[in-house]
Amino acid sequence: MGLALDIAVTHIRSRLRQTLVGVLGVATGVGFSVMMAGLMEGSQRDFISQLVDSLPHITVSDERRTPPVQPAAEVYADVEISNLSTVDRRRGIKNPLAVISEIEGWAPARIAPSVRANILLRQAGRDVGAVMLGIDPRREILVSNVASKMVEGQLDNLLKASNAVILGARLAERLGVRVGNTITISSSGGKAMTATAVGIFRTGVAQIDDSQLYALTRTAQILAGQTGLINELRLKADNALEARELATRIEAETGYKAVSWQEAHEDLLNAFNIRNFIMYTVVGAILLVASFGTYNIISTITHEKTRDIAIMKSLGLRAAVVRRIFVIEALIIGFIGMGAGFLFGFLMTQALGSLEFRSPYGDATHLPVIYAPLHYALAGSIALGASFIAAWLPARKAASVNPVDIIRGAS
Amino acid sequence: MSGPLIEARNITRVLPGEVETTLINGIDLAINAGEFVAITGPSGSGKSSLMYLLGLLDSPTSGDILVEGRSTAGMPEDERAKLRLETLGFVFQFHFLLAEFSALDNVMLPMRALEKRTPAEMEAHAMDLLTRLGLKEHAHKRPDQMSGGQRQRVAIARALANDPKVILADEPTGNLDTASTDQVFGIIRTLVGEGGRSVIVVTHDPHLAARASRRLHVVDGKLAPIPTE
Repeated sequence: MGLALDIAVTHIRSRLRQTLVGVLGVATGVGFSVMMAGLMEGSQRDFISQLVDSLPHITVSDERRTPPVQPAAEVYADVEISNLSTVDRRRGIKNPLAVISEIEGWAPARIAPSVRANILLRQAGRDVGAVMLGIDPRREILVSNVASKMVEGQLDNLLKASNAVILGARLAERLGVRVGNTITISSSGGKAMTATAVGIFRTGVAQIDDSQLYALTRTAQILAGQTGLINELRLKADNALEARELATRIEAETGYKAVSWQEAHEDLLNAFNIRNFIMYTVVGAILLVASFGTYNIISTITHEKTRDIAIMKSLGLRAAVVRRIFVIEALIIGFIGMGAGFLFGFLMTQALGSLEFRSPYGDATHLPVIYAPLHYALAGSIALGASFIAAWLPARKAASVNPVDIIRGAS
Repeated sequence: MSGPLIEARNITRVLPGEVETTLINGIDLAINAGEFVAITGPSGSGKSSLMYLLGLLDSPTSGDILVEGRSTAGMPEDERAKLRLETLGFVFQFHFLLAEFSALDNVMLPMRALEKRTPAEMEAHAMDLLTRLGLKEHAHKRPDQMSGGQRQRVAIARALANDPKVILADEPTGNLDTASTDQVFGIIRTLVGEGGRSVIVVTHDPHLAARASRRLHVVDGKLAPIPTE
């Protein structure tokens, strides 16, 4: 290895300009790959974390995946019954405290019961549909970060006034509501009440900020016209990534539909997978193009060094040693390019991460970027692999040189 | 070992192609320890081809070449390379030194490939050889910083690096002026017999050939009677 390494180092040192071009090619490829991966995954993680932080990891509703089997159908299994009316059951989760207690017994998660109701908000002659979430502020902090997302007022303000509500920022803007204003709320069942806005929150998730408001459980129950109603349990799992498995078990044990955040945003996660596939394809293409530079350099060196190769072989150097010389040359270029690319990529990622963006709906934010060792490892390995492959063909050609052909030609 | 160092048994070398060219045509010969053999012949007669075959740089189309009694017919290339590295040393018409390496590094190259000495021993031995050939002051110069004669002497030192039993020189003075020719040929002459070493020199110069202990004359790929001068 020592001899091959020495010869390889001497070759690339004697061709500094070419070596520099090769190194720059690999460095650019690696740098852009690292930056791109950091930016893409950074934005993805930021989006998911906003989603995961703002929403419960699992939502257990009073619905069921499949409608319950009707007693008549159970008795007359072979008889076709048409136009069968289902029994009008009392809404909500039956005995919610028992269900909560059961889930809390085994699930590594925190639970908050709530009442979800579709409502209509009326303010200054405008009607806006929204979702009211009846909560207990003391338990709500266990499952959501809405308390930390308040831009005006506090979550506890719900306890300080009767019929108090806290609105999403975009919803408040649409209605022109400010803290202290009174609004009229009516439920789908026709019940109406007057409520006071005691706070405004902004989660950063448009879907929530645009259509959700919080009230006390009792207020939501009054609007829903059902005392003691709890139609939703919201859970925050200790590990957000286990939400899907927990939801499956909760559903199996309680019979109620339990939807994990992954299931709720399946289409989004699939889109991310496609986006990642595209990203890695582009990254691979960048590195492939960089490897052409390495191929070009090694090809040129082997071409220029044909006579030296013949001499070394005539002296008794094995073909494998000759091959190794050129592979080492490419790997040296690859290694230096990789190191420079890491630095370049890191600096570009940092520069991008420092850029500030202002949104009309939110605070000024920086581009979300991440520094993942995996990105560096991936870009580095692909660059080295590409350098190796780029060198292999010319190296193999060099090793197959017949010394007599060259010596005879030179003579 | 009592047999010849190198023995050619009815070797033939034919270059394939649309029209086949016979370079060597059924030659038998033996090179014994301590011999100084000159191979002469007109241009294109096949003398260099014969040397390449004897030096295992090329393989005969038929026949066999034995090195220290060991057949090389069908021998894998890596094994032939090892045999070359251990047993044979080459000097070509052009010095064929590696341009980016110093004279010392060039001489150490075959030793490093063989890996039988420690780095310190390799350097000391290379330095000894260069000193012996009057190149001590030039040990750290690159080939482009030396004269033609000096480069050829470095090439001789490189050929001697692994203490080979046979030195094969292909027109080693063909590219040198008269003074350098005498000097280089004189050096080659002194190598003969050291530890039973044989030297095979390809030359078209009858005066140089006359200084060899044996002369082989090649015409049309065959050994021929030595012409009277």
